[in-house]
Amino acid sequence: MAWIDKLVGKSPIKPMQKHMHVAVLCAREVLPLLEAMATGDDEAVRDRRAEIDRLEHEADQIKHEIRSHTPRRFMMALDRRTMLEILDYQDSIADVTQDIAELADQRRMHLPEALKEPVLSLARQVLAACEQGQRIIDELDELVETGFGESEVGRVDEMISELGRLETETDAQLDRAARKLFSIEEELGVATIFWHQVIRQIATLADLSERVGNRLRLLLAS
Amino acid sequence: MGFLAGIPLELWIAAFLALYMAWAIGANDVANAMGTSVGSGALTVWGAILVAGIFEFCGAFFAGGHVTDTVRKGMLDLGMIDRDQLIYGMLASLASAGTLLIGASRFGLPVSTTHSIVGAIVGFGAVAIGLDAVNWGKIMQIVLSWLTSPLLAGVIAFFIFQITRFKVLDTKDPVAQIRKLGPVFFFFVFFIIGLVTLFKGLKPLKLDLDLSQALIGSVALGAVGAGLGIFLIRRVQLGPVDERHRFSQVERIFVVLQILTACAIAFAHGSNDVANSIGPLAAVAHAVQGMDLGSKAPVEPWMLAIGGIGIVVGLGTWGYRVMETVGKRITELTPSRGFAAQLSAATTIVLASRMGIPISTTHTLVGAVLGVGLARGIGALDLRVVGKIIASWVATLPIAAVLSIFFYYFFRGLLIP
Repeated sequence: MAWIDKLVGKSPIKPMQKHMHVAVLCAREVLPLLEAMATGDDEAVRDRRAEIDRLEHEADQIKHEIRSHTPRRFMMALDRRTMLEILDYQDSIADVTQDIAELADQRRMHLPEALKEPVLSLARQVLAACEQGQRIIDELDELVETGFGESEVGRVDEMISELGRLETETDAQLDRAARKLFSIEEELGVATIFWHQVIRQIATLADLSERVGNRLRLLLAS
Repeated sequence: MGFLAGIPLELWIAAFLALYMAWAIGANDVANAMGTSVGSGALTVWGAILVAGIFEFCGAFFAGGHVTDTVRKGMLDLGMIDRDQLIYGMLASLASAGTLLIGASRFGLPVSTTHSIVGAIVGFGAVAIGLDAVNWGKIMQIVLSWLTSPLLAGVIAFFIFQITRFKVLDTKDPVAQIRKLGPVFFFFVFFIIGLVTLFKGLKPLKLDLDLSQALIGSVALGAVGAGLGIFLIRRVQLGPVDERHRFSQVERIFVVLQILTACAIAFAHGSNDVANSIGPLAAVAHAVQGMDLGSKAPVEPWMLAIGGIGIVVGLGTWGYRVMETVGKRITELTPSRGFAAQLSAATTIVLASRMGIPISTTHTLVGAVLGVGLARGIGALDLRVVGKIIASWVATLPIAAVLSIFFYYFFRGLLIP
């Protein structure tokens, strides 16, 4: 008979944070994947892909749970539509990571020595952006706790600006990696196209993380 | 045994039904008022029972008289009703509200005892006696207050939450801020309870204070409360600083404040809802004793005590189960939200009790929680629950009225000499 208890529905904030956590965990697997590709160990690549598949699947399940547990009749602190958009971007982080792992495994791609340094440093920079995105989503419960108070909003806004800077830096890294790739394209032949695709997809992860931040910023401004 | 034999049958039935009502209020209703405190971890189940037991009784005994008077004689024009009609009617009202309560808990519907008793009294008055017998002005005032009380609680909750937001949560050092502001809230709660109880209250103790005396007493009580607040807040173990949950420490202090507001809401609930069981009993008792029906004679303290005891017994025999179920579910309402909602609801209910208006505790709390939600303070609110509550609110009145008409003729057939 506790109606107040029923009135207060399950907040989607914690599951949103959990989802971002899993998505970024998935993206983090890109580094060991690239390292396995560098040593040419196909077995290890397959293992990394299995782990990425597992995490992507976990993220998917959390996403479905959030979607089915936030009906329209809920009155929420975060605008429902915007929140679901953010969720989509978060989910894409895991999806794109999965695409990379899939291609790496199917084509048994080996990372050429000349590309190793620029691609790994691109990946590291991208992960820094993803982790910043995660830190921002981790602030969601603090935002609600303060009722979107001015100073907390300012704090998150600053974090989003930092994410923007990190993403800009990945652009430079992407440029460097692509130039290095095209400088050895004669040698790589058709593999060039696929490496170009992998590099671009890695950079996309930072892009998605930035979109998470930007969408949240729109929500804070409203 | 000669004394017991001297009590007429009507009074026995009334006392039995009233005790049942009080028991049911304690068994079902109190969990609504206290549930948020248990769910947020501010109180353990037995802590909540203890708090509720003490403050429900105090509320009923010290501040329950005004609403009881309204239920007893405010809603009907007693000049048009003869003694027997009043007895049958009040018995019917108790039986009707009691039946509704059983049905409601059987089917899990949010039925308010307040609404059922008011619907029942209007029902037998209007149909069994006559439309003119109902004091429609008073009824309009009561029904209007059912709309305004959740609204008022919502507005107050909105502002209390804004205060905690601007003065505490969204500051550089929330812990230091709540240490300063916490005792002020303690003062406020004790002051309000004091004022409501002391000003022309305390009739059970034969004390009748005027406004200035009551104000002085309330300020003194508030000061004692503030002191208690300083002491309790100082004792809170803050726990480690957690960068991922920066508000965990300040929420721990809000736990103390939520215990305070849990006491306040128990007091408020007792002061308003005891009337649902004791009001009709008092009417029957006065009629049986051959007193002037519309008399100014106050509700006797022993009746309020019976109501209070009934609520406490209901709490102890059944209410703890409901509370345990609530306690097992982790509520998303953090102590700071529970505090804001309960403080505003308690204030609203206590004001209504002082004005002698019977309102629904649950509805008032729902209004308060929605107020915090409108300030973007709560992750998600399930508005379907609001719809359900409004729907059962609308349905309760006619059902209670029809049942009460039925029971009226039943008791008339049973008791007519």
